[in-house]
Amino acid sequence: MQQTFRIIDEDGIHARPATALVNTANKFQDTNSFAESNGKKVTLKSILGVLSLGLEQGDTLTLITEGGNESEALQALQEVMINEGLGELHE
Amino acid sequence: MNNLKGIAASAGIAIARAFILEHPDYSISQKQVTDVDAELAKLDAALAQSQTELEAIKARTLQELGEKKAEIFESHLLILNDPELIDPVKEKIKSESVNAEFALNETATQFIQMFENMKSAYLQERAADMRDVTKRILKHLLGLNYVSPSEISEEVIVVAEDLTPSDTAQLNRKYVKGFTTNIGGRTSHSAIMARSLEIPAVVGTKNVLSSVQSGDLMIVDGLEGDVIINPTEAIVAQYRAKQEAYAKQVEEWKKLRTEPTVSKDGVHVELAANIGTPNDVAGVLDNGGEAVGLYRTEFLYMGRDKLPSEEIQYVAYKSVLEKMEGKPVVVRTLDIGGDKELPYLDLPKEMNPFLGFRAVRLCLDRQDIFRTQLRALLRASVHGNLRIMFPMIATLGEFREAKAVLEEEKAKLEAEGIQVASNIQLGIMVEIPSTAVLADQFAKEVDFFSIGTNDLIQYTMAADRMNERVSYLYQPYNPAILRLIKMVIDAAHREGRWVGMCGEMAGDSTAIPILLGLGLDEFSMSATSILPARSQISKLSRAEMQTLAAKALEMGTAEEVVELVRAIDAANA
Repeated sequence: MQQTFRIIDEDGIHARPATALVNTANKFQDTNSFAESNGKKVTLKSILGVLSLGLEQGDTLTLITEGGNESEALQALQEVMINEGLGELHE
Repeated sequence: MNNLKGIAASAGIAIARAFILEHPDYSISQKQVTDVDAELAKLDAALAQSQTELEAIKARTLQELGEKKAEIFESHLLILNDPELIDPVKEKIKSESVNAEFALNETATQFIQMFENMKSAYLQERAADMRDVTKRILKHLLGLNYVSPSEISEEVIVVAEDLTPSDTAQLNRKYVKGFTTNIGGRTSHSAIMARSLEIPAVVGTKNVLSSVQSGDLMIVDGLEGDVIINPTEAIVAQYRAKQEAYAKQVEEWKKLRTEPTVSKDGVHVELAANIGTPNDVAGVLDNGGEAVGLYRTEFLYMGRDKLPSEEIQYVAYKSVLEKMEGKPVVVRTLDIGGDKELPYLDLPKEMNPFLGFRAVRLCLDRQDIFRTQLRALLRASVHGNLRIMFPMIATLGEFREAKAVLEEEKAKLEAEGIQVASNIQLGIMVEIPSTAVLADQFAKEVDFFSIGTNDLIQYTMAADRMNERVSYLYQPYNPAILRLIKMVIDAAHREGRWVGMCGEMAGDSTAIPILLGLGLDEFSMSATSILPARSQISKLSRAEMQTLAAKALEMGTAEEVVELVRAIDAANA
């Protein structure tokens, strides 16, 4: 499953929301979660991976969940994106 | 027992165990290991120790400084457990049979470089987090015994070669009872910070670091400049008594807290305080300060890795103005350069930094920096009684140029519909002899002067105040200095301007009688000096001090001036 967002935070993705995303992904141990942007795909279980995407305001970011409680995981990650003011749903 | 003599930098007496603050050597070399499993276990142990440490720091930060400050350690914990970091390190140890610290350093360096090469300034700064976490793990791998000052959690006396601004910014007053250093003088950064934190300190002991071991009981006497290592019980008892007596005297002074500062013959002068951060305001009010005579804004720029935004500055200035509840606040615009460097500005090293590209010279060149600060100040001006002063003014042209920039920013803000106070006084620091000599011309254009004696003395005597070999030339009582001060005060008064002093001299009990006699209007000093100064001034007659000052100006040497003042003291006693 996947969902695409547009980054709205003016600092791009910074440490606090990245931390929240990784913590959330880690809660779903049986689910593989990834983040993809600008043709680069990283595991969501790594804060360094997420930060390495170098996301900036206006970039699009796709969150992908596979296996386990994939729909619940995607829902939780989507909440983080929106509650942290990090991104908005794209299309 | 071992006694050392240093410079009394901050009053009070501290008795506690020594805490040695040394920045460790993280240099790493590549080694081949035969037992790969042992190396992996060593890495795991270091990670576990780092984890425990970070969790404790996070918990303490959360409790003492709140959620926002604790978040940084949450992300450090995630980095510590990050598979993208740890897996490649383990892989490297296995496939190349190298030592764990080398493997970690290689991998971490790649991430640090990745962050440094990112487009966003915010993400570039994450390199600092990566470095911090790496150092923490390395510390355990190398078996280094280093605790950063922010992690101190028991009552100690900090012992160091010198304390950097970022070290002092991390000192927790609750646990750090005093400090002592090998180098430094009364006006070095560490000494100034000690006084603003009200922590007893003795600096410039030359060899305290090699004379004491971590955990030794020690006494720091910031009244006399004595450091005693492993004192006998009798000595400890003697110092406990001295500590109590000093506390009692402080109580005595506290009674003057809400009193105005008036001489015996009824002349009012203003006693103000020098501050570095909004947190210092509490100490100013506690000590009965009538104003902030010098707000050193450079601390806003230090201990960080990029320039502070207009918003960050605005919040700080507003906070100081509001806390002072309408009492005057003199803010000095950025005074960087000299002994205060900003690594992120990447300025070239200079042969003579004190005579170089600093303060207003830098601000007039890097107007982006200057304008951001002025906008923040102007926006904050509606929240209190703001006065702005420019440091290191050497020519009237510089003042006019700086004033024009200020006026431009004010006009821009008003055009944007943002309110700016209409009564902001604009003044300059008098710390360069050319400005003191030409004070009559400056007085026609500025609202006030503030004499910065530390620099005025070093520039007049041509003696670098960081160089201990010429420290005997730091002579505040030299008649040459007194005559310059008199010129400035007389010139200002002829134009109806007021004159303050914000150097160390303003709070010095030997200088105060002379300064009162010369007609100084405002004395700005460390908050802790205010009450003793108020007590002293209440016992002096300004008319008599005028006679004293006139005599002092006719002396030949600083020693003769000191003798003259002592004679008055003796007569009054």
